[in-house]
Amino acid sequence: MKFITANFDQYDGKDIQAYIGLDGFSGLKKAIEMGPLATIEEVKESGLQGRGGAEYPTGRKIEQARIEKAERKFVICNADEGEPGTFKDRELIKKDIYQLIEGMIIVAYCANANEGVIYCREEYDWMHEHICTSILKCKEMGYLGDNILDTGFSFEISLFSGAGSYVCGEGFAMCESMEGKSGRPRSKPPYVKQEGYLNYPTLVINVETLSAITAIMKFGTSNFTDLGTPDCPGTKVISISGKVNKPGVYEVPFGKTLEEIIALAEGVKGDKRIGFVQIGGASGGILPESALKTQFTYRELKSKQVSVGSGAIVVADEDDNILDYLENVGQFFIHESCGKCVPCREGNRQLEILLGKFKHKTATIDDVKMYKDILDMMSEASLCGSGRTEPVPFKTAFTYFEDAFALGGSHEIL
Amino acid sequence: MKYCNVTIDGVKINVPDDMMILDAAKQAGIIVPTLCHLKGISATGACRVCIVETGGGKVQTACSFPVAEGMMVKTNTPKIREMRKTILEMIIANHNAECTTCVRSQSCELQSLAMIYGIEDSHFKKKFNQEPVDMSSATIVRDQSKCILCGRCVSVCNGVQNIGALGFIGRSIDMHVGLAYEHQLSESTCINCGQCIVNCPVGALKERDYLSEVQLALDDPTFTVVVQTAPAVRAALGEVFGLPMGTPVTGKMVASLKRLGFDYVFDTDFAADVCIMEEGTELLNRIRAGAHLPMITSCSPGWVKYAETFYPELLPHMSSCKSPQNMMGALLKSHFAEIKGIDPAKMIVVSVMPCTAKKFEVERQELEVDGIRDVDFSITTRELGRLIKKAGIDFKYLNDEKFDDFYGDSTGAAVIFGATGGVMEAALRTVADIINGNDLKEIEYTVVRGIQGVKEAKVQVTPDFTAKIAVAHGGKNMHFVMDKLAKGELSDYHFIELMACPGGCVNGGGQPIVDAKAKMHIDLRVERAKALYHEDSNILHYRKSHHNPSVMKLYETYLDAPNSHKAHHLLHTSYQRRD
Repeated sequence: MKFITANFDQYDGKDIQAYIGLDGFSGLKKAIEMGPLATIEEVKESGLQGRGGAEYPTGRKIEQARIEKAERKFVICNADEGEPGTFKDRELIKKDIYQLIEGMIIVAYCANANEGVIYCREEYDWMHEHICTSILKCKEMGYLGDNILDTGFSFEISLFSGAGSYVCGEGFAMCESMEGKSGRPRSKPPYVKQEGYLNYPTLVINVETLSAITAIMKFGTSNFTDLGTPDCPGTKVISISGKVNKPGVYEVPFGKTLEEIIALAEGVKGDKRIGFVQIGGASGGILPESALKTQFTYRELKSKQVSVGSGAIVVADEDDNILDYLENVGQFFIHESCGKCVPCREGNRQLEILLGKFKHKTATIDDVKMYKDILDMMSEASLCGSGRTEPVPFKTAFTYFEDAFALGGSHEIL
Repeated sequence: MKYCNVTIDGVKINVPDDMMILDAAKQAGIIVPTLCHLKGISATGACRVCIVETGGGKVQTACSFPVAEGMMVKTNTPKIREMRKTILEMIIANHNAECTTCVRSQSCELQSLAMIYGIEDSHFKKKFNQEPVDMSSATIVRDQSKCILCGRCVSVCNGVQNIGALGFIGRSIDMHVGLAYEHQLSESTCINCGQCIVNCPVGALKERDYLSEVQLALDDPTFTVVVQTAPAVRAALGEVFGLPMGTPVTGKMVASLKRLGFDYVFDTDFAADVCIMEEGTELLNRIRAGAHLPMITSCSPGWVKYAETFYPELLPHMSSCKSPQNMMGALLKSHFAEIKGIDPAKMIVVSVMPCTAKKFEVERQELEVDGIRDVDFSITTRELGRLIKKAGIDFKYLNDEKFDDFYGDSTGAAVIFGATGGVMEAALRTVADIINGNDLKEIEYTVVRGIQGVKEAKVQVTPDFTAKIAVAHGGKNMHFVMDKLAKGELSDYHFIELMACPGGCVNGGGQPIVDAKAKMHIDLRVERAKALYHEDSNILHYRKSHHNPSVMKLYETYLDAPNSHKAHHLLHTSYQRRD
């Protein structure tokens, strides 16, 4: 299935003429032809939702950005792909960056923003030169700069490298980071779309979402909505990793079962059974093997307390211990929490202690209550989306693997 | 302004639509707990203690989330209570809760929330910062084991004081409040103002305590121990003993100091009058010579370090006058020692100040006279409160007593030094009289009073001379004025008063702790200043520094004249670059 990744391996990812030869920038031209309002309607029609993990309807997001009035307005491409098990944005940048840039231009044109930034994660420094060169080529060809394609619309893009903090993928933390401050989320309201980078209206939008916009404009909305299911149209670019034979990036239409998707990676290493899978990134839900018939759609996953998230699927085999896995996820959050709000900072610290007790079978009924209290409090009272979703793997693991959370000193199961 | 209808815990109210839920709840008679919130200064939403439900089960922080038309807020649901308790228990687990030995016990906002929420013990494993206490500074002690990372000190140091000494370093469980490059406080740009202390909800920041040294001196009969009290102390000391804010307690303060065993109880106000004589004369000389104008006051040691650190190139604008605290010390150890026949080496001068920066000031070598320190120990209003309590003195029921003669004599001009604009007004009262050669009746320069951040005015002193003046208080406002001065925009100004603390000394870093909740509803800068203006207009006989008979006598018999050679030797100083 190739829609967003249609250009993958069709050219070297660098040659702008080759990209144009593949009908590159036809999406932009179509958007210009239709005008911003109709283009926004088109994106709405496609049902596209934010592919970074927040799942916000993209059309509405661009519309809201358009309404904001200010001296300056920014479109930031969120390429701070730091979600463990997620590497699809890397491929989209490496193999088809022009599609991404084209998406940025379309969005900026619709939102009436004149300044764009690609906020790229620090660990992708080996792609920084590629990004800059591609931006310059677009500028040389007149797709960036003043009066793009004689529309009177001007747009520039620059590259900003993060400094390695996971939470900078959050809109406000990203703005803070770009302003030269520590990457910590601000309190809302006002929202990023109103007062983001340098306190100007800012539209933060994920690499895949931007790439999808280009593809939708190029191939037509109906070709996108024909894919997937009626309530969850289109495709998703998925990163599969873990104990599979062929980890990698796969584009799939929504509606496939988890099993079918994992099969694309040619099964589990060593012919073992699947133990469990984590879906959507570090703060994604964990499902047991028995749930693999679940369809990969926003609604179906939600019914299992899981979300699409970034589209990461990490596969563990039957020998992997769920508590070891959770400990690992917890350590990631302890390492990456920005530290600003109590629920995320202290919650993760205490969770690690409690997980240790479960692991060593010394947990008491009190510990179980604390475990649940912390998770409830974190998911409702954390300052940013990161803190609010961190409890998901811990909650789903508790739901689906209750044996692992047995109390110490007895075999009583809660 | 648009208004909206909001229901909070069933109470319907109509409030401006940009109001935060926290303030709206107050109007509905509901107190939402807070820790990191500081009215007008910090609403970072970091502590999450003020969470409320805003309809549809959504949870928001009341301090940072505005009301909206039709909003149904619930502040006291089982869910909210449970989450608040979990949050508080987690904060306590991250806090070195040595409450019985903590200086902030009973003025600790975390302690009082723990009591309200019935938290007898935190279920969570204790894990708090193990960094050693930073004792490097002469003024402020930083104990990170008690820091709850609310960020109030950071907000004040950056947003209000514009110093930026304190900031957050690191992330997650390693995040802590620190100085640039992890330096110690004494190596930083900290100006010692202590605004971080009076805004800390817990005991993570406190003044360097010199009470044991003072007690040792008091207990040693071979020393003559002399105490002086700054004007702003009398405006706030009563709060330590439960008296309403703004109650002047001058007489009770003097009575308690005498009971504590100080041999002489004097008033820094005396030196404030001397300061006006010196500074006023210096100003007139500069105006005549047309040199280094505008002249800037030098009473606030926080401001002095600020100038040395951030505007060293503008130091020539500083008045060379020592602060009243040090003028007093220098005079006590010279003139007073001489007339009483006391060996200055056997005299201990203690100052009670509303200020933490004064502790740094007394250690400045350039202030010493012939190798003798002007003031030996500077203690804060809070420390004096503790000293009085420890001695078992029932402060509230003391009868008023008077300062000892001569060095206890003062004027209304001196007492208003404690509020922003006070030094300016005192100087104007004297300078205008001198220039006009008569005793002017119009002496209340209300234009320089009040808590507006920067006050600029033209004061017509004579038909031919109009003084251009500016008054600013708090780091951010000082920065505003100094920036203009640096750009040459104030070259036609004559005199500028700058005070490091917002509101001036009444709101100094050494003043009694007022919790953030109380500060939401009262402006202590205004309330405490009232006590001082009351003394000026209703209590004190003389209201101009040059009318202080004892000060006049001092000049006649000892100093000759303001800015004389002797006055310079004792009462003036120099500054150093610290950039």
